Amino acid sequence: MASNINQDCLYSQSHEWVRVEGDTAYAGITDYAQSQLSDIVYVELPEVGTTYAQGDNFAVVESVKAASDCYLSLSGEIIEVNEALESEPELVNSDPYGKGWFVRLAIADASEIEGLMSPSDYAEFVAKAEEEGGH
Amino acid sequence: MSYVPHTDSDVSEMLARIGVSDLQELFTAVPAAVRFPAIDLAAPRSELDVMQELKALAAQNAALDSTPSFLGAGAYHHWVPSVVNHVLLRSEFYTAYTPYQPEISQGTLQAIFEYQTMICDLTAMEVSNASHYDGATAMAEAVIMSLSAGRGRRNRVVLSGSVHPEYRQTVHTYTQGMDVVFVGEDRPGATAKELGALVDDSTACLILQSPDFFGRIVDLRGLAEAAHAHKALLVVASNPIALGMLKPAGEMGADIVLGDGQPLGNSLSFGGPHLGFFATRQELVRRMAGRLVGETVDADGKRGYVLTLSTREQHIRRDKATSNICTNQGLNALAAAVYLATLGKQGLRQVAELCYHRAHYAAAAIDALDAYHVDQSAPFFHEFVVSCPRPASEINAALWDRHGIIGGYALGSAYPGMERQMLICVTEMNSRAQIDGLVSALQEVAK
Repeated sequence: MASNINQDCLYSQSHEWVRVEGDTAYAGITDYAQSQLSDIVYVELPEVGTTYAQGDNFAVVESVKAASDCYLSLSGEIIEVNEALESEPELVNSDPYGKGWFVRLAIADASEIEGLMSPSDYAEFVAKAEEEGGH
Repeated sequence: MSYVPHTDSDVSEMLARIGVSDLQELFTAVPAAVRFPAIDLAAPRSELDVMQELKALAAQNAALDSTPSFLGAGAYHHWVPSVVNHVLLRSEFYTAYTPYQPEISQGTLQAIFEYQTMICDLTAMEVSNASHYDGATAMAEAVIMSLSAGRGRRNRVVLSGSVHPEYRQTVHTYTQGMDVVFVGEDRPGATAKELGALVDDSTACLILQSPDFFGRIVDLRGLAEAAHAHKALLVVASNPIALGMLKPAGEMGADIVLGDGQPLGNSLSFGGPHLGFFATRQELVRRMAGRLVGETVDADGKRGYVLTLSTREQHIRRDKATSNICTNQGLNALAAAVYLATLGKQGLRQVAELCYHRAHYAAAAIDALDAYHVDQSAPFFHEFVVSCPRPASEINAALWDRHGIIGGYALGSAYPGMERQMLICVTEMNSRAQIDGLVSALQEVAK
């Protein structure tokens, strides 16, 4: 099953996406990640105002199968969280790049953007993961 | 088919591999004198003989049916209506271990659901779990949940020194190695307001007990605001019988209300098993430990019960869970539910009022004795502190030896410096005659 990969986002190896908009960025988990987790029942989001370094665990997503840590692809301060996920965590399944976003952050170090995967790199990365996973 | 776990050749092969000549050699670490003690059993006897001997042994116990007792301090002697045991002794309930395929045990789930509902009503909280081991472990879970709600960024806990000493010990045991800083315990006399002022931005929770260990009813007003101003949680331990007449902590803005459920239809049984009740607000339910039963409908639209969020600890959250103890005290929680259902709202209030009035009658009568003083400066429920003319442990020994009365709790064992203070508990089980008997006995043992 091919995963949907949004062309406006940048990606991490742990299957999170960021969409940079000026000095800020939206972040969430990818379509591949949500499909692996299956039905998501709860997303534990950080508090607005918290500052994280790149790679920090900033959220926990819980599905009917497992609870998984999510890592922030860019350093920065959380300026907004998607409160809709509190009552509708399934938005992460139905619209992972849109209504299922997790947080918006103020980017602390724009140079970190360079190190993230492009949509085509991520597509290749997922294809390889799926192959190895024997799907 | 016979079950032979290891044949002789299996055993000798294993012994040879580890270089041991025979099995007995494995036990040489045990001193020879106690390795194979001679068991000198008497000759077989008839059931009649054995029962008579056991009854004679049992008669040496000071059974509460026939012995006046004024001991409380966390475990309370109340009347248990007969119906409680009749329900508990149904084999569907008492023979069943925790259901691993829970939905097949609809009766057990419904009982837990009813228990949870009554605990929510009693505490004025939104969610109750299926129970913990006892009040002490429920408090420890509350601390861990508060640390989790603080997302690991809050490591300070304000813990009142007038919380039951064993609860506090259990909290310390559970949180070993978690780098938690506890404040407040060194001053058991601190007022609730003074404790509230200790909350700061690194505080995960503020914990009080009301009635506290000394029986005093704590004024909880303003404490939730004091805690919430710093985004800390307010945790209150309550006596469930007292909740029959006192305003529940849930109405005072508490985030977690817990306590020991033993007074609800559970006998003293030499100190256990008890159950710990635990209730919180809806928004914190994802961080609550333990099991939670929910009501739903089946495929035909009929009412049914399921374990809601139960898989969080064992199956889903695992190392990310707030707690990995999901055991509940099923049979004890059932006793609590049957007890509460039997008494009803009015009945529970009546029990609470009987305890309250008898305790106040006793306190006034003891205070009237020249040699004793009862501190009645703070309102109290069914326990109060008596200052004695000599060490409370000596008074207790004399009460027992000379009058056959089980006295109160000698506070010196938990609070150094309070050797002359005794915590007296009076419940509906203490008749006026028993109380008058205690008062004259105290007078007699004063010197």
